[in-house]
Amino acid sequence: MNKTHDYRKSDLENFLFHEADLLDQWKLDEWLQLLDENFVYQIPSNDSPETTHKKTLFLVADDCNRVKERVHRLKDKNAHAEFPHSRTRRIISNILVRNINEFENKVTVSLTANFIIYRHKRGGDIRTYVGCYHYVLDENKDSYKIVSKKVILDAYELGSMGLISFIL
Amino acid sequence: MNPEQFVINDPINFDFQVNRQSLVDPKILEIEMKNIFDTCWIYVGHESEIKNIGDFKTRNVCGRPVILCRDSNSDIRVYLNACRHRAAVVAREAEGNTRSFFCFYHGWSYNINGELDGVPGKASYPPSFDVTRLGLAEPSHVDSYKGFIFLSFNKDAVPLVEYLAGATEYIDLIVDQSPSGKMEVIKGTQEYDMKANWKLLVENSFDDYHLITTHSTWLNYMKRSGVEIKKPEKGHLMPSHGVGKVLGNGHAVIDNVNFRGRPVAKWIPLYGESTKAEIQKIREELIDRLGPDRANRVAETNRNLVIFPNLVLNDGSAITIRTFHPVKPDLMNVTAWALGPVEESETARAVRLDSFLTFYGPGGFATPDDVEALESVQKGMATFKEVPWSVMSRGMSKEGEQLNTDELHLRAFWIRWKDLMFSQIGR
Repeated sequence: MNKTHDYRKSDLENFLFHEADLLDQWKLDEWLQLLDENFVYQIPSNDSPETTHKKTLFLVADDCNRVKERVHRLKDKNAHAEFPHSRTRRIISNILVRNINEFENKVTVSLTANFIIYRHKRGGDIRTYVGCYHYVLDENKDSYKIVSKKVILDAYELGSMGLISFIL
Repeated sequence: MNPEQFVINDPINFDFQVNRQSLVDPKILEIEMKNIFDTCWIYVGHESEIKNIGDFKTRNVCGRPVILCRDSNSDIRVYLNACRHRAAVVAREAEGNTRSFFCFYHGWSYNINGELDGVPGKASYPPSFDVTRLGLAEPSHVDSYKGFIFLSFNKDAVPLVEYLAGATEYIDLIVDQSPSGKMEVIKGTQEYDMKANWKLLVENSFDDYHLITTHSTWLNYMKRSGVEIKKPEKGHLMPSHGVGKVLGNGHAVIDNVNFRGRPVAKWIPLYGESTKAEIQKIREELIDRLGPDRANRVAETNRNLVIFPNLVLNDGSAITIRTFHPVKPDLMNVTAWALGPVEESETARAVRLDSFLTFYGPGGFATPDDVEALESVQKGMATFKEVPWSVMSRGMSKEGEQLNTDELHLRAFWIRWKDLMFSQIGR
């Protein structure tokens, strides 16, 4: 551990909080603006967190086009699992910068952050998602773009969470 | 209980209705556990999941913890996962490779053939204490068909192949996708709950009547990706022709002309231009090996197969093995895996897994809306006293072919359910 990365810490934290806020408010088009053109969004199956989606069945393995289609779907009221939209609240914490890679004026930051997401549906149906985000962010002079977002769920099985019908 | 109280089947007057009490009543679930789950052949796992001697998986099947294991003779065994001393589970991991199953509570241990071979302080037991009678217990029967392993807790169960009846034809169509006839379960398990009665998932798994409205966002996605979705023919609801068929013993299938692409072997734009040649090569291998007719059957049709009571093999956007066990009348645990040919190339395997996720699973573009539908049905079921009956008579008055959007196949499930629940057939 050293202090050299700390100047970025509050910027990164603000960025992640901003992303969480957009998702909690279902501002999905604005969320898409945060994504790099080569963005990937992945959620491995609970029993196989340390794997690649090309060889292992994941719960979600979207490239940039698929994630745009996912957003397109979620904005349609015929996405029944999310209509009416569930209410979500994301708590993001324990942000750790894992690696900073500088190459030809391009700065890439790898970090992890713990999360708790509460998802509320009508009728007292509360589902809790707990885990760790693995991000790769492209740092530019104004802000960040998300190059990849891998979501590792802590639970041994999805179980009572049931679905991943919204964006984690 | 009077069977007519739960299922009305009147072919003369074209009337078929299911009483909603069967989906909410805990007493019904109690009878189901005994008359159905403890009577039928029930899916446990696939041979490819325990390739080597000592490989094991732990599962819950019919409410029991079990161990699926490859023993020292390379035979497939299923053990009840409970120590013979005080019943503590002896394998607590999801999977592994082992030489023994050790109960940490008092230290009894069993070898992979299920024999009790370690008892601390054995000398204190009376002379009648017989280790040879204290091996891990097993279900009455364990057998497999083309890699699919089933158990039965019914000592009078008919042989597995006889039980599977016409369903074998549809399992064969899956297995034929592998040049060597060997399929494998792919790593990565989707385990999730649905707050709905287990029989609703049976119905949903091969009910094409719901596709157009429940899955319109998925159909849009397919269209937007370049898949041609034809306008249904007059009097039809689906973009392609499909039929419902009854296969005996409560098993049934929908058998549809493919429009949505298949990893073996029908390319769609979603798979990407770079995979086109590879999918074509897979198709050519099928034609060489199986002849043009059978190859066409394998590659140009989708099939959703229900093996009574709780195994679904969906051979559509990919192949999924899905099984589910009731916990309460309004709650089930679902487990789903992807299945593929063992010799599949890295590219073809990646296409398969990607294609799987376009439709299936808790994060797919379709399954979440199925779950929402079933949970919504279950909520509505609370009105069962005022509105006791669900009508299930689609297609009943038609002669000949039954469509995938008719309900012949759903009725086949319920007729078998009624037989087992209220009589001794098959026991």
